[in-house]
Amino acid sequence: MSRVRLIARLDVKDENLVKGIQYEGLRKLGDPHAFAVRYYRQGVDELLYLDTVASLYERNNLGDILRQATADVFIPITAGGGLRSVEDVAAILRAGADKAAINTAALRRPELIEEIARAFGSQCMVLSVQAKRRNPADPAAGWEAYYDNGREHSGRDVLEWVKEGVARGAGEILLTSVDKEGFRKGMDQELIAAVSAAVPVPVIAAGGASSAEDLFQAVKGGAQAVAVGSILHYDNTDIPTLKNQLAQKGVEVRVCGQS
Amino acid sequence: MRPVVTIIDYGRGNLLSVRRALESCGAEAVFAAGPDSIRKAAALVLPGVGSFADGMARLRADGLEQPIRERAAAGVPLLGICLGMQMLFDTGYEDGETPGLGLIPGTVEPLPRQDVDGKPLRVPHVGWSGLVPAGPNGFANSVLADVQPGEEVYFVHGFAAVPACETDRLADTLYGGRRVCAAVCRGNVTGVQFHPEKSAETGLGILRAFVRQAEAPVLK
Repeated sequence: MSRVRLIARLDVKDENLVKGIQYEGLRKLGDPHAFAVRYYRQGVDELLYLDTVASLYERNNLGDILRQATADVFIPITAGGGLRSVEDVAAILRAGADKAAINTAALRRPELIEEIARAFGSQCMVLSVQAKRRNPADPAAGWEAYYDNGREHSGRDVLEWVKEGVARGAGEILLTSVDKEGFRKGMDQELIAAVSAAVPVPVIAAGGASSAEDLFQAVKGGAQAVAVGSILHYDNTDIPTLKNQLAQKGVEVRVCGQS
Repeated sequence: MRPVVTIIDYGRGNLLSVRRALESCGAEAVFAAGPDSIRKAAALVLPGVGSFADGMARLRADGLEQPIRERAAAGVPLLGICLGMQMLFDTGYEDGETPGLGLIPGTVEPLPRQDVDGKPLRVPHVGWSGLVPAGPNGFANSVLADVQPGEEVYFVHGFAAVPACETDRLADTLYGGRRVCAAVCRGNVTGVQFHPEKSAETGLGILRAFVRQAEAPVLK
């Protein structure tokens, strides 16, 4: 069986690594490449680059950052933000990405999922879903899919949307809780469990992780991978510490004794 | 002089990552898009992402199928990665039945959707899994020579090769409690289902071993 993947999430705006809270108010943290190399050397399993404002301006700026990454980082890279067409995906793959994360453009035109899966394979087509609770006081109300960095709501039910996305060819779900994103106060575990049960493809749980315990709960809920950003960027913890803590809880992670 | 490794470009796959990884392993990596550059190559990498049918159609459309077979027959080291490994086989069953390059006997078939206990298995298989020797000789004299059994590498695939000859089978990995073919080797032709260029230090060690083959190929 595959190990649970620990993914470092790098939100990028222009040339800077940024961190947002609930997709609002961005803080600049520095050169994304330096962070990427640091996490690679620490033994992270995968990198996720998201151009945070790309979909607003309808363009993606990640090409140079991805090309730079390929010289020093030899692990899988997913890139997203503002990708709208098969040509956009081809461009980021040429620049060094392995997978494309698509949210806004897929909600606007779901056929794009099929087009990307047909051109590059399902393994390349990561459906990024920004889920927000319809009513925080009523768990039974479920979640709605958002886009444009959690600003706009689509009217689509998250569980219906992920099922449709997989039927159309999505090979993974990148699941972000808009409610929890950026707060470092825990993940939406009910959401993770509900989506993991709804689809047969791997689910990457993202948004709000504060500790190895949060990640452990996400894995228990069915996630095959967990994405963390803030707690790494702010040196609350590091990759070896998180992996050790997960291993102690019985989660199988890749052990890395490299540089 | 650095050994030259030719990466076959047929419009599919993350070629830049393969190139950068080979460069960091001491090779001079060049892209070949036409039959002529393949016929001159001293070592070949066949990368690939996408479906078997689409990949073979592109190789054929670009006239690359025959030159690859010729170089393989001449003893040039050839490394197939992911779809590139699958296309080394006789037949693929992704998007219909498609003839492959036929360099290694066997077929390419969908991964089972249930584990050995009958529980649903997530397909595609995405992630890091350990390599276990498939035969009694372990990884000796192969591109996996420096790999310790159990070391993990990165897989992304929904289909897997089923070699007809057990002796071609170099390494397996476990998925859903079953052995899945992870690497094959027949003479100078090697295939890896995982992505060495995306498998951190373990993967770079595998590419370094391939670059050593490229330095001292046993030509026929």
